[in-house]
Amino acid sequence: MTTTTADTHAVDHEHDDHGPTKGIRRWLFSTNHKDIGTMYLIFSLLMFFVGGAMAMVIRSELAVPGLQFVHPEFFNSMTTMHALIMVFGAVMPAFVGLANWMIPLMIGAPDMALPRMNNWSFWILPVAFGILLSTLLMPGGAPASGWTMYPPLVLQTGDAFPFLIFSVHLMGISSIMGAINVIVTIINMRAPDMTLLKMPMFVWTWLITAYLLIAVMPVLAGAVTMLLTDQFFGTSFFLAAGGGDPVMFQHIFWFFGHPEVYIMILPAFGVVSEIIPTFSRKKLFGHDSMVYAASCIAFLSFIVWAHHMFTVGMPLTGQLFFMFATMLIAVPTGVKIFNWVATMWRGAMTFETPMLFSLAFVFLFTIGGFSGLMLAIQPADVQYHDTYFVVAHFHYVLVPGSIFAIMAGAYYWLPKWTGHMYNEKLGKLHFWLSTIFVNVTFFPQHFLGLAGMPRRIPDYSVQFADFNLISSIGAFGFGLSQLVFVLVILTAWKGAKATDRVWEGSHGLEWTVPSPAPWHTFTTPPKNRIADEAFE
Amino acid sequence: MTGEKRNNANRNLVLSLLVIVVGAFGFGYALVPLYDVFCEITGFGGRTNNEAVAVNETPDLNREIRIEFMTTVNSYAQFEFASDADSMVVHPGKMYYATFTAKNLTESDKVAHAVPSVAPPAAAEHFVKIECFCFNSQEFLASEEKSMPLQFIVNPDLPDYVDTITLGYTFFDTTSVASSN
Repeated sequence: MTTTTADTHAVDHEHDDHGPTKGIRRWLFSTNHKDIGTMYLIFSLLMFFVGGAMAMVIRSELAVPGLQFVHPEFFNSMTTMHALIMVFGAVMPAFVGLANWMIPLMIGAPDMALPRMNNWSFWILPVAFGILLSTLLMPGGAPASGWTMYPPLVLQTGDAFPFLIFSVHLMGISSIMGAINVIVTIINMRAPDMTLLKMPMFVWTWLITAYLLIAVMPVLAGAVTMLLTDQFFGTSFFLAAGGGDPVMFQHIFWFFGHPEVYIMILPAFGVVSEIIPTFSRKKLFGHDSMVYAASCIAFLSFIVWAHHMFTVGMPLTGQLFFMFATMLIAVPTGVKIFNWVATMWRGAMTFETPMLFSLAFVFLFTIGGFSGLMLAIQPADVQYHDTYFVVAHFHYVLVPGSIFAIMAGAYYWLPKWTGHMYNEKLGKLHFWLSTIFVNVTFFPQHFLGLAGMPRRIPDYSVQFADFNLISSIGAFGFGLSQLVFVLVILTAWKGAKATDRVWEGSHGLEWTVPSPAPWHTFTTPPKNRIADEAFE
Repeated sequence: MTGEKRNNANRNLVLSLLVIVVGAFGFGYALVPLYDVFCEITGFGGRTNNEAVAVNETPDLNREIRIEFMTTVNSYAQFEFASDADSMVVHPGKMYYATFTAKNLTESDKVAHAVPSVAPPAAAEHFVKIECFCFNSQEFLASEEKSMPLQFIVNPDLPDYVDTITLGYTFFDTTSVASSN
């Protein structure tokens, strides 16, 4: 690795250069942002398949009416665990992995600001998910109350209950440490002439996301701690018999939960904002307005939480406030969508795999946004609440939203990580299979929801049979097509050697270092001018 | 920034971020009293007074309000619990009595607590309980049945559009909570 460093670029001369430790110790004790980023990404891919396997159980059971494969209790565990694993194990660690790899490279920093804490934030995760997955084998089964953990239902969880709470605590600690690291890195480690508004969009969206994380993950920790003390230490935060109120849990949970959904989408906005300019061969349209829009979205995310619980019995003024505040989010989100379209306008576009995933993101995320607007209409939400329409909505914003953006980012930066071009044919195959099957899976769920099929139920009335079968076929297709992605990763070192710049239209400091990015980069801070001159 | 300067800057920033983290954790807990205060001030969530209050009677004999009683037994409570009357018609500003009967269905002593809720929410602050079995925990001997009183008055300020008020009680078995205190 070091030999390629020395002869390819002036920026990367290293006086005390040393390679990584050999063997398992390199990974266990790693403080290197690239190694930790790689571990995050591999871990999240693993969890993506674990959570995906659970989704396959759910879709098998729902393929036809009646109970065929699993007990209803186990079905409920599957929906609960699928959500917890996908949210905290797949999507969030994938974005943290991308942040670890790319933020120091994009801002010209030698590493993350707090490398040893970085090691901790990663290695807590396998422990947390080991605990969570071990509940599958416990008496009483895995948690089955839904990932929202509403009391009093969640208090009926068997032996798994304290393990659920502790694993959520650990995930929260990991996220908070990761977020603190991102903020300190971005604020203190930027290259000298990179002012805040010169930062790439991915860095900006992650800065905002990190602030959201440290503001709301502790609130979730508090809420689950209250559940724990209610169950074991005689408090009555949520027990009506002792003067508490179960609805209050929903308020506290969604005060965390709504910013959480933006935590899962803002970095996706950032990734797409990097990719679309590259393959349109234009600068990002309205960079500063993108920053302000993302900040607006982050602020609004704190004042809309009760739209998740319109049916608990809220006064009219409350319903109106949360309805209008929610609809307001469409404005900054619309700014972002139109800016991406304007970036592509009259650009010399090409359609490599990262661009295809980004385009699908823009289009399909917008569909998810529109169904979100429908759900925001309080009188209509009373009908849609807890139906498959909600399931269709949030899967549209999370699967062809967040996950497609993660895939796009993985393809976009893979040559920088491996030093070789991935197999473009396989990438395109992965894209087309994913895009077709994701729509086959989730689009019919809109119809099911509007027709009244409730979510989180293992059986259904026969009138829903056909659309459910279509949805299940789509889900198996989507699951299998992700194996193509694994094949792309496994063959990623076989392609042609990548240039430093990798893509014809790429901009930014990360493309000034060699491919593969050497173990140490930017040990002396770069001048931004270097990046600009290299590409003009 | 050079080494030591950057280390200091990093440490200061980490400390201030940790303050946000601790503050956010505390804020989660602060939401509990805030939520109670908010509900009590506004009457949101159908909350009514949970302590006895004194009121003056100013009957408005021209207006009739229908009071409906609803009783629910929590799924884990081994009790029978019902209102002696399904509903009654009252004048605002006049005091009324109602009785509820509960029976312990087990062979052991129990403590129970009834939690009230009033609908519509706009009526909650105008439905004033002067004496209520729900103010305290109720102790039951094995298989004991007892009659429990409610004394209430509907405030004449009740909004015009309200002609029916539903008073619901949920009956909880709080034996384990009572014994641990």
